[in-house]
Amino acid sequence: MKNAGTKLKCHKIVGGCGEGEALVSHEPICFYLTDPKTGIVREKTHELAGKNLANKVLVFPSGKASSVVQIDGLFKLASHNLAPKAMIVKDVETVLIVSAVLAKVPLVDRLEKDQFETIHTGDLVKVDAEKGIVTVRKGLS
Amino acid sequence: MFSGELGQGTQRAMELLVAIGDAYDAEKMIPISRAHAASSGQEGDLYFVELLANGGAKCRVPTSTNPVYDIEFFHRLFEVPSDEAEVARRVMEAYKRVGAILSWSCLPYLTENIPLFGETVAFSESSATPYVNSVIGATTNREAAQSALAAGVVGKTPRYGLHIKENRKGTVLIEVEASLRDSFDYTLLGQFVGEQIGYGIPVFAGITRRPSTEELINFCAMSNTSGAVSMFYIPGFTVEARTVEEAFQGDAPKEKLTVTSAELKSTWEELQTASGKIDFVMLGCPHYTLKQVAEAAELLEGKKIHGGVSFWICTSATTKTLAKRMGYVDTVEKAGGHVVVDTCIDEPCWTVYKDRVGMTDSPKCAYYRRFKDVVVAGLEDCVKAAVKGKYE
Repeated sequence: MKNAGTKLKCHKIVGGCGEGEALVSHEPICFYLTDPKTGIVREKTHELAGKNLANKVLVFPSGKASSVVQIDGLFKLASHNLAPKAMIVKDVETVLIVSAVLAKVPLVDRLEKDQFETIHTGDLVKVDAEKGIVTVRKGLS
Repeated sequence: MFSGELGQGTQRAMELLVAIGDAYDAEKMIPISRAHAASSGQEGDLYFVELLANGGAKCRVPTSTNPVYDIEFFHRLFEVPSDEAEVARRVMEAYKRVGAILSWSCLPYLTENIPLFGETVAFSESSATPYVNSVIGATTNREAAQSALAAGVVGKTPRYGLHIKENRKGTVLIEVEASLRDSFDYTLLGQFVGEQIGYGIPVFAGITRRPSTEELINFCAMSNTSGAVSMFYIPGFTVEARTVEEAFQGDAPKEKLTVTSAELKSTWEELQTASGKIDFVMLGCPHYTLKQVAEAAELLEGKKIHGGVSFWICTSATTKTLAKRMGYVDTVEKAGGHVVVDTCIDEPCWTVYKDRVGMTDSPKCAYYRRFKDVVVAGLEDCVKAAVKGKYE
């Protein structure tokens, strides 16, 4: 039987639709500390150190760091077509919203079930921010 | 306004504010009286300010700007990558086109753009947000450069967060047992408290001496960099609550933290990342006030900075004008130092020091990691090291 995936309601922050492989981080993310030409996380002590967030659906608790660097970081990734396809977060703040608007990355929060229990790295995830629906299909691994 | 009858630039600004309002379930937009955009010579900032400027947007309320850098000044001294310089030039030109106050200062709340108690404003910049909320008693959220600029253009902001009284309630009680002697102690206090609490509104007990303007600025800048402290209370000295109870709006504090001299000492030890030969000293993050420029000049009086050390004090054009008039700039220059305006340590104009070891009195300056290493110590230590050519 074809796997239609689990559909979950969410709250739209920045509109649009994005689909890709999930990359889950339990730690806050600063986009300035990724390599703008590859999308690889450079922060040595970070859970995602060495992982590539380009074109993934990024699942993380919140953003961090000063507004100037955070926005510039995501914007630079986007201008190299290396931004995440969509972002699912737990706690939004103004700086992350502005980053997503400028980089044109769909951003949602308030997933109806705990995002860290329902989505795992490698799952195929579609975020339809306009309809407020996240679809999760389990990954092969 | 959202349908664009006021022009495309203003419409783009409104779209950003609506997205923020939606995210926070804000029920309405409220008028603001002024804004401060934490402009910078970086691509993300350039994109948005040009989007508004090219769409014909003009600031509806006074909107000041953060440091970028004077390209011609730096070109006379050393190489700035030409693509970086072009970004800075375009950013400064676009802010002029949108009619911003070209303060290029991170302390606009002292001179160029001063809110009053109770005003609704949109102030980005790490020291500005908590200073304006706590010391002045205006209300602002922890804005990004772009959301503050958008609010300045539209003249409004969504009503959420710190614009609502319940959200201005203290979240953690900080009992200060350490003696806070000078502005560097407040720097360390800010660094420590930010690291410990992350997001939150600290309420202080045990501070018995009135903090100076500079001490408060340092606390604001550091606690909102090592953490996200948009507001704090020192009952008796900050304006909004007269007592600890009032700061917690009648609730009992859920969390407590004690700060003794031992915590401040270990915070400082962590910031002393190197010793020995230094290549540059960078002061003025945030911008030095007139009083701080005077203090630096007094320490440099009759001294000569070591030939291997570049010595910089960053400040605003307004402050430098006065400092020059009062002779402080001459004293610094006679010793071999520079007083530079309109810029900050986090600008790309300093790439010449990329592989060098520096010294500063600001952990925020070290945090950006633009250099090989930056040692943090008080002003007096920085001046001593500049004269000797090494920190020991």
